[in-house]
Amino acid sequence: MENKLSEAQLSWLVILRIFIGWHFLYEGLVKLLNPNWTAATYLMDSKGWFGPLFVRMAGNPGLMNVVDFLNEWALVLIGAGLLLGMFSRLSSIGGMILLLLYTLSHPALIGVNYQMSFEGSYLIIDKNLIELVALGVSFVFPTARLIGIDRFFTRVLPVSCQKFII
Amino acid sequence: MEKEQKNNSPEESKKGKSSKISRRDIIKTLAAVPLLAPMAYGVLKTRKTALKGRDISDVFNLSSANAVYLQPEANGKQIRLGLIGFGIRGRQLMRALGFAEPSYIDTLIEAKKKNPDDTRYDLFKEQDDLNVVINGVCDIFEVYSEAAALTGSNIYREGTGGKFGPAPKRYDTYHELLAADDIDAVVIAAPDHWHGTIAMAAARAGKHVYSEKPMTWTVPETYLLRNTIKETGVVFQLGHQGRQTASYQKAAEICSKDLLGTITLIEVCTNRNTPNGAWVYPIIEGSNPQTIDWTQFEGDPQRIKEYDNYMMSTGLERFMGPEARDQFSLERFFRWRCWWDYSTGLSGDLLTHEFDAVNQILQTGIPHSATSSGGIYYFKDGRTVPDVLQTTFEWPDRDLTMLYSATLASSRNRGKVFMGHDASMEVSDILVLTADRNSDRYAEKIKDGTIPTDQPFFTYVPGQSKVDAVTSATELYFAQRGLLYTYVNGKRYDTTHLHIREWLECIRQGKTPSCNIDRGFEEAMTAHMGTRAYLEGRTMYWDKDKEEIVRGEKV
Repeated sequence: MENKLSEAQLSWLVILRIFIGWHFLYEGLVKLLNPNWTAATYLMDSKGWFGPLFVRMAGNPGLMNVVDFLNEWALVLIGAGLLLGMFSRLSSIGGMILLLLYTLSHPALIGVNYQMSFEGSYLIIDKNLIELVALGVSFVFPTARLIGIDRFFTRVLPVSCQKFII
Repeated sequence: MEKEQKNNSPEESKKGKSSKISRRDIIKTLAAVPLLAPMAYGVLKTRKTALKGRDISDVFNLSSANAVYLQPEANGKQIRLGLIGFGIRGRQLMRALGFAEPSYIDTLIEAKKKNPDDTRYDLFKEQDDLNVVINGVCDIFEVYSEAAALTGSNIYREGTGGKFGPAPKRYDTYHELLAADDIDAVVIAAPDHWHGTIAMAAARAGKHVYSEKPMTWTVPETYLLRNTIKETGVVFQLGHQGRQTASYQKAAEICSKDLLGTITLIEVCTNRNTPNGAWVYPIIEGSNPQTIDWTQFEGDPQRIKEYDNYMMSTGLERFMGPEARDQFSLERFFRWRCWWDYSTGLSGDLLTHEFDAVNQILQTGIPHSATSSGGIYYFKDGRTVPDVLQTTFEWPDRDLTMLYSATLASSRNRGKVFMGHDASMEVSDILVLTADRNSDRYAEKIKDGTIPTDQPFFTYVPGQSKVDAVTSATELYFAQRGLLYTYVNGKRYDTTHLHIREWLECIRQGKTPSCNIDRGFEEAMTAHMGTRAYLEGRTMYWDKDKEEIVRGEKV
């Protein structure tokens, strides 16, 4: 890639990956450190096709404990993975799944208003979706193999395992 | 691109090179690790400012107990019910019992088709079976009576054209219904001027009673009803379903633990702004002197005598009528709440809910005094009851005032607010507490920034809130917008359903309901004091020892 990508191209791709990682990691840590945090309030405000499903989820305290735990740790691990460039492709996929779930819960549709409104104006494409696409870019440009801990894993992991992990 | 990357990754390119890891490799591998330092710093800083000190359990020691409800007994016996009165409230009570008009089910199904988020149909279908059967119905309007019988037979909760069970027997008079021996208990949803009379007759016939509020229309019948219920020992529940609101139980705990400080003022209100809200109900098709038993509607002769006596002996003739009681009138039949001849006005209809909530939370009992003012300021449609009413109740022995303030011509809701020296509490399905900036109890926490005073510091949402920490901004945001539902063990409930369930379980288990005859007596007397204060234009006092309303001097 060093041969194919210019230094500037590689740098910007690495920065993109690290920024997304930073964002995820901080979101995850803040939630993790707050014992009162729960996604229930957010999910109760779900709209769109899958809205009722998320609202039902939010109404089940037992399920919410599991959902909150998974969400918090997924954010932390994905964030750390992207930031450090460790299992970066796996992290990219995980991040895309999370962002897809957030989008399905809060799609930016015409005429749909949320209690906690977005700070901008969006039509279908919102910041979650843009971040999702950026993670797609990170997936197809696995820069962590050059700058990141995955550089080490390329040496130790069998090539067959590498495709969706690093 | 992927291939190119692979070809250039260290793994692939090491072929020609030495497999030794160079310093350059190490730097590239760990390039982003130093970023963990600012991240850690940021997180710690955040924790200090935003998360640290949210714990307030030392000054705000609330239990984590959820609301307690009397649970249905397994294999409890089926209770055979009679329904008296199938107007607006009668229909609602029947739904809470699990019986809806097929046309109502049609409406819910239609609404769900139009908007999948409309879950009323599912909620109704899933509503617990209370193990009751409707054996008799009575309404003095034929159309309602027929509809009540159809509803009572809708045991499968189906829409038009569905499968129905046997229809309950239709009775023309409540006397006949009460004489039936296949009825154990009755639900009374007749107009206000009939509540006490029918309840007494039911108790004497050995039927348990669920009566709509207010408990009575006249003061004398209030004593009679209390005696009758106590003598007969039937299970009596007054229809203040607010008793089942989970947050009220927590509000009572908050007050008993003195977490608001000394409460000196409670403000409660009613705000409505529609003809329906102002009791201008539609005139139903098919109503005429042939289909309505007007003689029964007029009222019980003894009650009418009590009413006439009071009104005439205190010079309140201008509030009576204006039409003669025996003169048939569709308006008076369907909109009876607009005339004192049948109604208890804002006091009986709506103040009673507010008072009962306060009585539940603070166990205030009947107030020492009541002062009222108001008038007919908007709905000048010939009614005699006011559409704007302010009533102030005082409990000097508790250093407490409750102000009820109502208008039927503005929907601006002002909530139910308990004002204490340390904090104020807004009570609805949730509780929202705001610390007072001059509080003593919370002074230290306010000073160190743990407890804010410019916004609520604690929100209680039944089944969801943590009870020992300041509520976060997000939680608060959603809670205040009523987006959080009340659940009991993960299931959404209608409070009227829970209130009726409690009554039925008390019958089965030989217990006393939460809004029993003593609470009802307090409710009724309080409402009567407010009404009399308005009608007579002077303060009414409660003589605790004699249990009598005493008239104050005219101002």
